[in-house]
Amino acid sequence: MEDKKTFIDPDLTKRTVIGPNGEDITVDPIQDYFCDALPKKHEPKRAKIFENFFNWARAESIWVLGFGTGCGSIELYPLLTPRFDAYRFGVQMRPTPRQANLMIISGYLSVKTLKRAIRSYEQMQNPKFVMALGSCTINGGMYFDSYNTINRLDKYMPVDVYVAGCMPRPEAILAGFEALKKRIKAGKAEGANLYAENFETYKANQKKIIRDWNMPDYNW
Amino acid sequence: MSIDWIKLLFTLLGLFIVLNYGLLQYGLIRRITARIGKRIGMPVYQPYIDLVKNYAMRSQITHGVMFYLGPVFRLVGGVGIFMFMPLIYGSYYWSNYSFAGDVILIMYFMFFGMLGMALGASEGGHPYSFIGISRGLSQFTTVEVPFTLAVIAVAVQHHSFSLTEIVAGQQGGIMHWNIMTNPFAGIAAMLAFLGMMMASPFNVVQAPQEIPIGPPTEYHGTYLGLLQTNRAILYVSESILMVNLFFGGATNWVELIVKSFCVFFWPVFVGLVFPRFRIDQSIPWFLKIPLILSIIGIFMV
Repeated sequence: MEDKKTFIDPDLTKRTVIGPNGEDITVDPIQDYFCDALPKKHEPKRAKIFENFFNWARAESIWVLGFGTGCGSIELYPLLTPRFDAYRFGVQMRPTPRQANLMIISGYLSVKTLKRAIRSYEQMQNPKFVMALGSCTINGGMYFDSYNTINRLDKYMPVDVYVAGCMPRPEAILAGFEALKKRIKAGKAEGANLYAENFETYKANQKKIIRDWNMPDYNW
Repeated sequence: MSIDWIKLLFTLLGLFIVLNYGLLQYGLIRRITARIGKRIGMPVYQPYIDLVKNYAMRSQITHGVMFYLGPVFRLVGGVGIFMFMPLIYGSYYWSNYSFAGDVILIMYFMFFGMLGMALGASEGGHPYSFIGISRGLSQFTTVEVPFTLAVIAVAVQHHSFSLTEIVAGQQGGIMHWNIMTNPFAGIAAMLAFLGMMMASPFNVVQAPQEIPIGPPTEYHGTYLGLLQTNRAILYVSESILMVNLFFGGATNWVELIVKSFCVFFWPVFVGLVFPRFRIDQSIPWFLKIPLILSIIGIFMV
């Protein structure tokens, strides 16, 4: 039986450093630099009228995290050009996961990228949505038997909208935005709560794939 | 000391008007920018939707006390500029809390928001925040030098540090405006104004594509909503300040809105034409032409 090697990142090991006055300071990066509090479920507002209004605002102002994975990211840039102009639909690009609402997984996800995608997804704040582009995210697509990519994105994070195609053209992505808007306005896009509820399952699936798991389970 | 409640009410109403005006103006800027890029662009009311969405975020995290206070300080800076500035000349209620030395207080509030943001962004801990805020502080310091000199020139000219008296001295037609009577100080202040508004040649602080958005990298949800609210108030207040200082103030709301609209769009149009300066280019730039112009402006008085 092959014994699995445990990967230890040298930057994340516990160590003692000497402070400016000669005192010893113990640094445990996993504890000090990350917070591993588990995600909480946030109930929607009780009053239906407020929740509907907020959902309308969320649908009309979608801030996309510019996280390009795989070949699909090249289809995202034309969205901002005069020809497609996604700004008309209230779609804007945000450079940081903190401010973004929508994460677009654009194509195949290698295992190495999956780790980064999960970290970015966990840093996004509660009403958060995931859109998956291309057949690679649905069933693996042309990489279905690859040793290095995942087949079903749905196992690792809750997906709101799939846009099929290999690759989908920008028009299809715009149609995907419209589908996502309908879903948000109907109050069905509760991906963040779903993730918090089924956290154990998602985490088990992620850890099955990612061997060098050198971070806390949840690092908002 | 008795509080004039009606005056307070009018000031808050003015704040509300300025907030809406700023949000609509920001939407309009985005629309014009899009038109220049041959796009249609977002709806004019998009900033309102963004604001509602940000205030309605369900979960928020914090990095510490200063992280909370950063946007609050920034908002205080914006509201502070507004509160102590006369909006409409000759009106008791619309002149807010203008008093004998209000220009000095306003210039302090300009820097105050920046400092609060520096403390808050530093506690966020993102390296891009540090880079952005250090650039912002160093650039704003150099912006303040020509601007302060231009304000001093105007104050010496009118023998007063009170905005109301500076506006009073400019009444009586376009030839009495400070931009006409003291063009060097006026031009220096307008060039410094480009740096204050952080439009394109001097937007290295936020620099999209480079340090993604600089100081507010870690801010989200309500924090970002506060920053957006402040942006609407602050930029309009600064343009009203320029109107008061150099363009003869305003005697009614229409005049105020037309004038501040024109002043507001000066940095926007410059920004659409000129590409971004690096930080080591923009700091010497402010210390060359605007500084020399403002010194000439002082000597002219």
